[in-house]
Amino acid sequence: MSTLCQLYSRFKKLIYILLLCIGIPGVVVASIQKGNVFPSLDGFNLEGTLPEDMKGKIVLVDFWASWCVPCRDSFPVLDEIYQKYRDQGVEIIAVSVDKNEKAYHKFLKRYAPTFPIVRDVEQKLVAEVKIAAMPTSFLLDKEGVVRFVHEGFYRNKTGGEYVEEIESLIRETSEDNKK
Amino acid sequence: MLRVVSILGMILGSFFLTACTTVEPWQRGNLADYAMQPDRDPLYNVMSEHIYFSREASAGGRGVGGGGCGCN
Repeated sequence: MSTLCQLYSRFKKLIYILLLCIGIPGVVVASIQKGNVFPSLDGFNLEGTLPEDMKGKIVLVDFWASWCVPCRDSFPVLDEIYQKYRDQGVEIIAVSVDKNEKAYHKFLKRYAPTFPIVRDVEQKLVAEVKIAAMPTSFLLDKEGVVRFVHEGFYRNKTGGEYVEEIESLIRETSEDNKK
Repeated sequence: MLRVVSILGMILGSFFLTACTTVEPWQRGNLADYAMQPDRDPLYNVMSEHIYFSREASAGGRGVGGGGCGCN
């Protein structure tokens, strides 16, 4: 026991460095956070058609997958929000991270969303954004800055939060336009 | 000099000890598959638990009440 203690006190610093080195690769930090500019969606070879004019619009970017159960709950809510706010300069873009094309199309056929859908086939965008949960959505202001982030979708909570946040951004935009 | 090299070697070598990798949330499609669920057959679960705690003669088994006699 005393030999172990001697060894520990002798190599204490080295042990700490080794433990740190082993731990570093396991740490995952989301790269896009509130206040960051969201990357342009054009450079990621996304499958599907992006809306033509997103400049000056409030954009909700939602990362989803056909195998993600809360995503199934989120789609009707997102559709409702899109129908309500699309004329007020709000755009919703749902980015699928599905690898399985068949499951992707089956999901879309079942939920038939009216908002634009694209698929991140190579998972480049999602790796760049580095989301921490499925689904994750980013609400961007007219400048493309991330203002709100939602990790997961909670049936009785997230939909209401989207509405509040979108309305606050609409008010902000209309006040800016008046100036 | 040898000591410095050996310490640096140990530090660099420790990077290769990190065999565990994180499956990112967007890479969990296969893990979320129905076939990957350990409890996808409730009847099989009940039966196997009954057999398990009867054979083991353990009190309670896996969360099932009883004394392990297999008589319930």
